[in-house]
Amino acid sequence: MERRAFYRNPVLPWLLIGPQLLLVLVFFYWPTSQALYWAFTLEQPWGGGNSWVWLDNFIAIFRDREYWATVVRSAFYAMCTTGLSMAVALFLACFVDRSLKGTKLFQSVYVWPYAIAAPAAGVAFRFIFAPQSGIIGSINQIWPGIWDPSTNGVHALAMIIICHAWLGIGYNFIFFLAALQMIPRSITEAGAMDGARPLRRMFDLQLPLIAPTVFFLLIMNLISSFTDSFGLIDTMTEGGPVGSTEVMVYRLFIDGFRGLDYSGAAAQSIVLMLLVIALTFVQFKWVEKRVHYN
Amino acid sequence: MTRTRLLSAASTIAVLALATAPAMAQTKFEFWYGLSGDLSERVQDMCRGFNESQADYEIVCVSQENYDNTLQNTIAAYRANKQPTVTQIFDAGTLDLMLSGAYMPIRELMESNGYEIDWDNYLSGIASYFSTSTGEMLSLPFNNSTAVIYYNTDALAKVGFEGTPKTWEEVETVARAMKDAGYECPIAFDPSGAWQWFEQFSAIHNQPIATKGNGFGGLDAEMVVSQGKFVDQLTWIKKMYDEGIIVHKSKDAGETANDAFVNGKCQITSSSVADHGTFGKQAAEGVHWANAMLPIWEGTERTNSLVGGASLWTLKGKSEEEYKGAAAFFNYLAQPEQAQTWSTITGYVPVTMAGFEAMKANGFYDEAPYKGRELAVESLTFTPPTENSRGIRLGNYASIRQEMVKTMQDVLFNNAPVLESLQAFDAKGNEILRRFEQTYKGAQLP
Repeated sequence: MERRAFYRNPVLPWLLIGPQLLLVLVFFYWPTSQALYWAFTLEQPWGGGNSWVWLDNFIAIFRDREYWATVVRSAFYAMCTTGLSMAVALFLACFVDRSLKGTKLFQSVYVWPYAIAAPAAGVAFRFIFAPQSGIIGSINQIWPGIWDPSTNGVHALAMIIICHAWLGIGYNFIFFLAALQMIPRSITEAGAMDGARPLRRMFDLQLPLIAPTVFFLLIMNLISSFTDSFGLIDTMTEGGPVGSTEVMVYRLFIDGFRGLDYSGAAAQSIVLMLLVIALTFVQFKWVEKRVHYN
Repeated sequence: MTRTRLLSAASTIAVLALATAPAMAQTKFEFWYGLSGDLSERVQDMCRGFNESQADYEIVCVSQENYDNTLQNTIAAYRANKQPTVTQIFDAGTLDLMLSGAYMPIRELMESNGYEIDWDNYLSGIASYFSTSTGEMLSLPFNNSTAVIYYNTDALAKVGFEGTPKTWEEVETVARAMKDAGYECPIAFDPSGAWQWFEQFSAIHNQPIATKGNGFGGLDAEMVVSQGKFVDQLTWIKKMYDEGIIVHKSKDAGETANDAFVNGKCQITSSSVADHGTFGKQAAEGVHWANAMLPIWEGTERTNSLVGGASLWTLKGKSEEEYKGAAAFFNYLAQPEQAQTWSTITGYVPVTMAGFEAMKANGFYDEAPYKGRELAVESLTFTPPTENSRGIRLGNYASIRQEMVKTMQDVLFNNAPVLESLQAFDAKGNEILRRFEQTYKGAQLP
């Protein structure tokens, strides 16, 4: 039977969650309701007034082919960054878990990238990847024109994806390592005695056992790639060249803050929010059923 | 224990308040601006100068780093009723503010506070950009410039060209000769410079960007770029780019066009005359350069170029006293010696005819490092402003400008066909304009 603790005083719990509720109210529900209102109106930037336009803003963005291109690009971006970042993190975590030489050092070193703010990393990477002067750019001296994110959209998108994945590795790594270390040694040892090589042990034993962590990280990474790409894109490419690194969140910023189209941006942010909510919902409802907790 | 501590804290605050009380007699007001680095320091000097020149007002000058931030922060502050008295808004943000009704017209402000300003004295191209269609100035021109072209004179000498090229034909000839002479980058080009490569080109060739006199005639203007000379110009740029005569230089590429020029890597670049001072300071050892008015195509007549930069707006919702302070500050800026100092240290053009004449008479423009800056004024006043060179009054113009940057990138990097790309640009621009028109339904241009 489940045991529950409860408060006799009906006011106390509210008092305890009060500060948190207030924060969520001020920093989430209030701005969201404001955005929702703007999404259905045409708002004058200087606040001179607005007019109710029903679904016009949504129709306008859904009719825009460029908007759909940013949606597809965002999805692609989310899959690539998540896949890349988690794969590398898992790979590293497996090695650290095996207690090879220098494990203690790597354990802390691999987490560092997570502590770097995205814009700071963006500036650093811009210099590293710069085609005419950066470190990576120096391959242009051997094969001229092979790397140019400033004119080639594919290169630019790849560059942002790599940077985003790199930033997330530390976070993923720590979770993977913790999960791997939770697995009783006896299980892996038993596998080893039965003759399973490390790779086989990883796929057949460790991965299924850390599935809840993989699931958790998958959601966190996908959401982060939809919303946190802003800092990198803004410092590295500003959405260019020819809009090839414009993902949903960056397009929203450009339209709203550069173009002063507050209503169009509000509609886009509602769409983005619904997308993230739907994603989380689907994953919890559908994917979670296939994940075995213990 | 706690109580005594609180008491002592309270009394400390009271004492502090008393001590600072005399300063309160002054009216304090805020001025937000969008310049950073060296230019920001110069603005702070100016504010200090104003505060020391009189005892009634104290101006607090706050840098918002760049024009975009200044506009966004001013809007946010205005909506929260916490706006500064004076703010600096860049050219592309002018129309939004004009329609908002959130400002106090500069003329009204100065007249009601008893300052006499000779409004006809402002350079015509500058005045028209910040005035209503009937010619009433709404904001005070502050840091204004226009685009010019910069040449490396050693490279010109090496290919045997005397003076500076005046037409695009001549530019092409010298650039080709430079390429043949072994220069890797004859012309530096950054597509994000839509202002100098596209807008200024249209102005000096008297080409419309949109109908209704680039939007001065009403919010229902339509884009017409794909029907004008810019089609040929972009075709030419693309051809030069493919031949390696125009080279892409930008922040993303690792070196901006300006940096490539001052380092002597690129021999020709186009930029604001406001960079004249910076070039002088940054030019590498042995790099000699000169500037000229933007070239035109042979067989076309030159019209005046467009003004760039920003102007000072006075916002509504402040007290009488603060407006008095703002008027005093504007009056201080308009003093000839102030105007001259500002223009000297920055490279921005003097905004009044009197200021320009005085500087010319003083021999200011005769010698390096200021020689060449007079060409900007000449370019701005080359002809009286026409329908197409008066300015650009299009809604959300910053977005349209961004679309042009994308269009030029698409043509250069992805080989998109020029005419179709510009037609798509016009269509996109019209969408932005119609949306703007709908947002300000029923509004009349002032």
